[in-house]
Amino acid sequence: MDLVYIAHIGVILFTFFMLLNSAAVLVLMERKVAAFLQQRLGPNRTGPWGTLQPVADILKLLFKEELRPLAADRWLFALAPILSVTAAFSAFAVVPWGGTTTLFGLLPEPVPLRVADVNVGILVLFAITSMGIYGIVLAGWSSNSKYSLLGGLRSSAQMISYELSYGLALGAVLLLGNSLSLTDIVNQQSGYWFGVIPRWFIFIQPLGFVIYMIAGIAETNRAPFDFPEAEQELVAGYHTEYSSFRFALFFLAEYVNMVTVSAVATTLFLGGWHGPFLPEWLGWLWWLAKLFALLFFYIWMRWTLPRYRYDQLMHFGWKVLLPVAVINLLLTAAAVLYWG
Amino acid sequence: MLDAYVPILIFILVAIGFAIALLWFAWAVSPSKFNRVKLEPYECGIEPLTDARDRYSIRYYLVAMLFVIFDIETVFLYPWAVIMDELLLFGLVEMMVFLGILIVGYAYAWRKGALEWA
Amino acid sequence: MTIAFYTLAAFILALGVLVVSTKNTVHAVLFLVANFLCVAMLYVLLQAEFLAVIQVLVYAGGIVVLYLFVVMLVNLKRGPETHVDPRRRDRMGLLIGGAVLAEFVAILLYGFAPRATGAAPAAAAPGVGNVEQVGWSLYVDYLVPFEVASILLLVAMIGAIVLAKKEP
Repeated sequence: MDLVYIAHIGVILFTFFMLLNSAAVLVLMERKVAAFLQQRLGPNRTGPWGTLQPVADILKLLFKEELRPLAADRWLFALAPILSVTAAFSAFAVVPWGGTTTLFGLLPEPVPLRVADVNVGILVLFAITSMGIYGIVLAGWSSNSKYSLLGGLRSSAQMISYELSYGLALGAVLLLGNSLSLTDIVNQQSGYWFGVIPRWFIFIQPLGFVIYMIAGIAETNRAPFDFPEAEQELVAGYHTEYSSFRFALFFLAEYVNMVTVSAVATTLFLGGWHGPFLPEWLGWLWWLAKLFALLFFYIWMRWTLPRYRYDQLMHFGWKVLLPVAVINLLLTAAAVLYWG
Repeated sequence: MLDAYVPILIFILVAIGFAIALLWFAWAVSPSKFNRVKLEPYECGIEPLTDARDRYSIRYYLVAMLFVIFDIETVFLYPWAVIMDELLLFGLVEMMVFLGILIVGYAYAWRKGALEWA
Repeated sequence: MTIAFYTLAAFILALGVLVVSTKNTVHAVLFLVANFLCVAMLYVLLQAEFLAVIQVLVYAGGIVVLYLFVVMLVNLKRGPETHVDPRRRDRMGLLIGGAVLAEFVAILLYGFAPRATGAAPAAAAPGVGNVEQVGWSLYVDYLVPFEVASILLLVAMIGAIVLAKKEP
């Protein structure tokens, strides 16, 4: 077997593994940040600074009994968490997280640091994201519990409502990038304007970035849009009836989705792995820094803002975000026409 | 071109395999004690009177319908966005016409209260 | 390539049969999703990547969600209406089945009919992506159908609202 080929496979498996790890790190980060925002200490008994907390959580969930309500639909109940996790992970497949590497000259030719680069990358991402709805709606329906069903329905209506603005924000970036490949779009953001300002799309597409982040937060069902869970009214929404590792998979999917949304924002608006001061081969450090800044923002939002009411959510999605996204797109097109 | 899609397929298969393996492992090591009450749907401790799968608000249908229409609109925008720099003014005008017709529908939906939830 | 095509085709057929033969409607809708995903893979095999993605995005991710909502919206546990004449359903079935059969025969006849071998479909010019090609033909060659499509969408939107919304 050819060395480059093995390296490609290695990159794929490494990406999967790191995505898994990032979810674990994020769980700890969420608990720690939440604790500090509320002047608490957070987990600090398991390992130094509570770093082993995710491991303890996983082990606890692993040894819990798996319950399935007698009235539940047996197959769909088992299928739903698998669908959720698969959709969450596979959306990351088209996101590049670094330039290329030769592993310090070990490889005969540079290997790109990403799972796949396809011509229609953004659309593949958008398509896989749209599949994520099935895990949630099926979990809600198959449980045959009123809380689950309501949680699943609300969640799916919310996700499809915000998916439109999400797609339109992506469209505005396409107008600037003239390409659907994420790697191409990142490479167009290298270099500087006037020698100081990085050529990141956020500077010419600030509204698009805001729309993307709002829609992304709503897509991942995070506060202030965490309706499917809404623990005070729906107990836990679509996963009320789930326990043990099936619940853990939903949890994992939520965190992986957060990572993906932040990673795509980094790629489309913040210049991906490009940044000043660091050499090209350390670009992934920039990428990680941007990613975790956005993830911190996610957690910060959750512990700062109260939840919307459901009618407010729909009102905001359909009557504010959607028209603003369309106007942003047309303005971008006009700007491309004028200056491009 | 096809080669570019193989890694995606591998990635999806790894994800599915990972999920199934973990579920299998959890099933193998977790305890299981049958108890009928434990397997009832959660309803704050009260016995459920009716099946959960009942008829619900038609608004969900309406939202899904509007979503499909705007989704198709979004899809029409993508190829346009990619070649906009070559279509120039012609492209902008034709997309304005396309969106203009849809905005009539959007205004209608707004007036009829289809975008309201309450 | 050929093996991949026939495997996918077999999957698509099997899933199609499952869609119509499954009693549980939610399961049937899920088989439909799987069916659409296989069709998308078929498009990738045919190098129509834009079409493949649209298949997933619009059909599997949009229209089937609508189906799912409708299936879950209506209470399917009730039996069929008794006042409907069962023979009427049979007659309708025969009619539609006959029409589909005629269509299949027509496709077969057309497919096997001897024909002057014209120019093969133009191969994609290197460097020009699939999406750009779709864009050029959609926004330049087929401009009028594209604008008419928006009127179609408008009609669909108004229809849905009229159906779902009760006048106060």
